[in-house]
Amino acid sequence: MTQSTSHQEPAIGLARLAQLFSMLWQFIGLGRVNWGRLMVIAVPYFWLALFFFIPFVVVFKISLAESAIAVPPYSSLLDWDLEEAYLNIKINLGNYLFLWEDSFYLDAYLSSIKIAVISTLLTLVVGFPIAWLIARSEGTTRTVLLALVILPFWTSFLLRVYAWMALLKKSGPINDILMAVGLIDQPIQMLQTDFAVYIGIVYTYLPFMILPLYTALEKLDMTLVEAAADLGYRPVQSFFAVIVPLALPGIVAGCLLVFIPVVGEYVIPALLGGSDTLMIGRVLWDEFSINRDWPMASAVATVMLVLLVLPIMLVRNRADDQEGKA
Amino acid sequence: MKKQGSWVLWGSATLGFLFLYLPIISLVIYSFNESKLVTVWGGWSLKWYGELFRNEQILNAAALSFKVAFISATLAVVLGTMAGFALQRMGKFKGKLIFSGWISAPLVMPEVITGLSLLLLFVALESLFGWPAGRGTLTIIIAHTTFCMAYVAVIVQSRLAGFDETLEEAAMDLGAKPSSLFFLVTLPLIMPAILAGWLLSFTMSLDDLVIASFVSGPGNSTLPMVIFSKVRLGVTPEVNALATLMILIVAVGVLVAMFQMRKRPQPE
Repeated sequence: MTQSTSHQEPAIGLARLAQLFSMLWQFIGLGRVNWGRLMVIAVPYFWLALFFFIPFVVVFKISLAESAIAVPPYSSLLDWDLEEAYLNIKINLGNYLFLWEDSFYLDAYLSSIKIAVISTLLTLVVGFPIAWLIARSEGTTRTVLLALVILPFWTSFLLRVYAWMALLKKSGPINDILMAVGLIDQPIQMLQTDFAVYIGIVYTYLPFMILPLYTALEKLDMTLVEAAADLGYRPVQSFFAVIVPLALPGIVAGCLLVFIPVVGEYVIPALLGGSDTLMIGRVLWDEFSINRDWPMASAVATVMLVLLVLPIMLVRNRADDQEGKA
Repeated sequence: MKKQGSWVLWGSATLGFLFLYLPIISLVIYSFNESKLVTVWGGWSLKWYGELFRNEQILNAAALSFKVAFISATLAVVLGTMAGFALQRMGKFKGKLIFSGWISAPLVMPEVITGLSLLLLFVALESLFGWPAGRGTLTIIIAHTTFCMAYVAVIVQSRLAGFDETLEEAAMDLGAKPSSLFFLVTLPLIMPAILAGWLLSFTMSLDDLVIASFVSGPGNSTLPMVIFSKVRLGVTPEVNALATLMILIVAVGVLVAMFQMRKRPQPE
């Protein structure tokens, strides 16, 4: 008898506990949770939180520190002593002030945007006829032409930039040909100029422009162009009055795909540009690796994030919404 | 009038294609150049291919790059598919807006910022928790997985949006559990997107210079890092040989993939 009660009591206790637990469970809403569903959402969510979002918090924090000769090379913001019971918070806005005062950084931002705008337009001009041709061709021709556009897209970016280093050199084939033809007497300096940077950008980003353009032009109804011609529009007129408005989503998408990565580009200005080719991605890299000024590099990154990435994301979302409505 | 227009079109498109291919072709030709001076022709030779396969620095870097690209692409496909599925098929959940923002942000993030921010995170984590101890293969894999999973998520999401949900509904009506529904119905349907995402991730990881340079440690140079440091000093014939091999592999891969795609009837 005594044995059975002593056996029973903890069992009842456990059952009560379980009941209590399940009530609590229901109360906070976990009872309805589908664990498979939770995992599918939570795993990538936490990965991105840890390796994408928190890094920016760290960047912002370090942008408020001071550069120091230490490992890692920055001062800490918090300084505390439990025995003395003090907490010292030291925030250094000097990096941001310096960004504002030294025109070098502002120049680099503006110059990156200028280079990105010009090269995006150049890419559009070079890419449009190719996209048009592919969209208007049929069958095997179309497949082959598309493959020809996609192929460079899969080959190494770095090696494609490198190919131009060899071509544009002073003793390179382009100078040789120009001299042989007699257009120039002396080899001209092409490598390490802005000209080389534009060539490199247009070359490496061309597939990003052609593919969205092609998608838009493929859907374009050619009878509208014919109707415009019947109504007496000259080809140039109908191009701007009919084709461009209809292909606009593709044009916008292609331009964004080129413009966005070009603004922060490092490799192309580093390999093809001269020392005076100012681009903000290169400034950030040099600040970090040559000057070893991590707080300054962080401040540059923070400003870049606020001034470039956030507006771009807003524009992109608006473009997506517009496309969704259309 | 029309004839003239198409002549201009063909002309400019041909120039465009020449522009796309001349640099690659010149690179391939110069890789067979006997001369040490890259732009002086010294006759045909396979000398630089031999040099390439004796260069231990390049071989080690290539091995590291392939390893990193394989692991990161696989991880990115798993995480990215989960993310794309969560966004497209799981209705509303808390923080969905933030989540979709985080997924699309890496696509517009300049590489220098991604690289710097991850490096600073790794440094901070190491000083707080002692993990990751030092920087090297692990940190490069984490960084590549993070930016590649965004691309996979976008591809998978658009594939999921593109196909008919009635197939999934039918399976559910027939009593499929959510897990078997996913593995037997949804996964085979989105397989092309997953394969495309894996290939894209693999290539992007293999090609990345900027992010890897930030997050790797001493003695852990990936192939693009080695190429960059060589190329910075000028044009080198070994890199020409390497480039030719890489272009060859990619060309064969893309052609095989396109041929396969054409053979199979397009699922609509």
